[in-house]
Amino acid sequence: MFERKQFSRTAAAAAIAGLAAVVPAKAEDSVKVGLILPMTGGQASTGKQIENAIKLYMQQKGDTVAGKKIEIILKDDAAIPDKTKTAAQELIVNDKVNFIAGFGVTPAALAAAPLATQAKIPEVVMAAGTSIITERSPYIVRTSFTLAQSSTIIADWAVKNGIKKVATLTSDYAPGNDALNFFKQNFTAGGGEVVEEVKTPLANPDFAPFLQRMKDAKPDAIFVFVPAGQGGNFMKQYAERGLDKAGIKVIGPGDVTDDDLLNNMGDAVLGTVTAHLYSAAHPSQMNKDFVAAYKKAYGNRPGFMAVSGYDGIHLIYEALKKTGGDTNGDKLIEAMKGQKWESPRGPISIDPETRDIVQNIYIRKVEKVDGELYNVEFATFEAVKDLGKTKK
Amino acid sequence: MTSILTNLFDGVAYGMLLFVLACGLAVTLGLMNFVNLAHGAFAMAGGYVCMVLVNRMGWPFFAALPLAFVSSAAIGIVLERTLYRHLYARSHLDQVLFTIGLTFMSVAAVDYIQGSSRVFINLPAALQGQFDLFGVGIGRYRLMIIVICGLLTIGLQMVLAKTRFGSRLRAAVDDPRAASGLGINVPQVFAFTFAFGCGLAGLGGALSAEILGLDPYFPLKFMIYFLIVVTVGGSSSITGPFLASLLLGIGDVAGKYYVPKMGPFVIYTMMIVILIWRPNGLFGRTAAR
Repeated sequence: MFERKQFSRTAAAAAIAGLAAVVPAKAEDSVKVGLILPMTGGQASTGKQIENAIKLYMQQKGDTVAGKKIEIILKDDAAIPDKTKTAAQELIVNDKVNFIAGFGVTPAALAAAPLATQAKIPEVVMAAGTSIITERSPYIVRTSFTLAQSSTIIADWAVKNGIKKVATLTSDYAPGNDALNFFKQNFTAGGGEVVEEVKTPLANPDFAPFLQRMKDAKPDAIFVFVPAGQGGNFMKQYAERGLDKAGIKVIGPGDVTDDDLLNNMGDAVLGTVTAHLYSAAHPSQMNKDFVAAYKKAYGNRPGFMAVSGYDGIHLIYEALKKTGGDTNGDKLIEAMKGQKWESPRGPISIDPETRDIVQNIYIRKVEKVDGELYNVEFATFEAVKDLGKTKK
Repeated sequence: MTSILTNLFDGVAYGMLLFVLACGLAVTLGLMNFVNLAHGAFAMAGGYVCMVLVNRMGWPFFAALPLAFVSSAAIGIVLERTLYRHLYARSHLDQVLFTIGLTFMSVAAVDYIQGSSRVFINLPAALQGQFDLFGVGIGRYRLMIIVICGLLTIGLQMVLAKTRFGSRLRAAVDDPRAASGLGINVPQVFAFTFAFGCGLAGLGGALSAEILGLDPYFPLKFMIYFLIVVTVGGSSSITGPFLASLLLGIGDVAGKYYVPKMGPFVIYTMMIVILIWRPNGLFGRTAAR
């Protein structure tokens, strides 16, 4: 007991001494990034992936850019918008951060938007995927994706590949409705027919009755968007009900077959065709290195959220390089516009007009590679912009 | 026509599952008059034990199921002896506060140990897929649920109605003082009953991973369903919750199939209608408590 006390006292003294030595220098030469992520709650896997990816990036590239030391301050909002707002306020007012970043879900990103505008600091969205987000503040940039990107592409692909009748099953919340509407728009424009449309409640325990309805509608394919966690249940029940044997394919945006969970979904998921921005099986050398480094550090494979975080921190680094370490928010946003780089997911850029991401969308099929399930890319739609902006 | 029967089958399977999950709660709430909102936590514990045994240690699924029961029952008995026991005589509000706190702790603990993402239990091939019986699609896994849960229900009813333990339990519930005067060890009977209810929940948790999904938020997500079953069924017997579970299971599946837009509300509408008609539940005691 005594020993421990003494130890902690020594440690505290050392810490204080350390702080005293660092603090005066820091105020001038550090750049603070306030990272707001869901680290607990149902979206926690998103938060963990992004945090991991950022740590990895900073290990690889060092924590100093343009003479400034990058300091990350992580706050957990559990994906509750009220908490996001409080966290953002604290970060901006107390910690005087130069960036706010992260945001696991759309409402969280929107809650912070007015604060970014007021404080004139960039808000880097690394996860949330509804189109409207970047329109809510001139200081928002996004490095993740929009649902319109993947949903319209999978619709175009379906039309071209002989899928004429589709039944849709989407979760009844903003991203689900986004996915459904953009899919329908492009699919019906291309001559396809939506024969059955089911919206499942977000807290949905059992897919059985919905799937039976799908089966009875006899479509060529089911278009699915459910939150990542439910994807596995959906796929299992899809196979249990024999929809795969009835020749009904599953298509959708890639959230259903997120790399994070894919390998646990079982063989039922084989053959599912999705459109998405990233697969851990993307065949570039850069991605191979990224996956290997991520696996080595954290023991599992990165998903699209990890890549979005990795690119998000990269964008912050690049913007600082371009401004020469100047942390003026307007200059940073200007520096971010039009940035182009090679990411583990492929070539990407920031649209100078919308501050949203422009990226390749890949069509992938779930296959078994070395005994593990992967989304294997087989077609590419290059440089896809977000098609869901309300202001054209 | 065949889809009606398939739906009926799915509904029965879903209802049976609800019953196994909730009947422990009916026992604690109805027989022991204790509000245990942490019931779902025991179900989750069983589910995770089964998952770890099957996925990580390679146990066969059917061997892991009894262990899910045993481990949840063991956790139940430990908590009953150390914590719950002190709250039997307290007000219902105290019980609610205590058990909801326990629920949040269980959520945080599982989240910390196992991570927040949803887990699946690897099933043997024999339980996967569907077969056709006169054109009616029968899911193998759901059939297994119906068989297991059906047998359990019959067994429970027999034990409660026919055995010495059953009559001791009923006596201990009706009048604990007189029962202990007659030499019945009331705390022991309650402890055993409580543990058994937890065990059933654990088994239900293991069985439900495939259908309902298993993640650390399980106890919170399904608390409402358990409570609906117990309220609608009345908590004085196990036949009440059993019929209520079946009714709700079938109603939920049929509602989602035939009126998908209204689907999620069917279960609540049914509850409201039944409670207006019979405020004490289908088989509630009218004036006993």
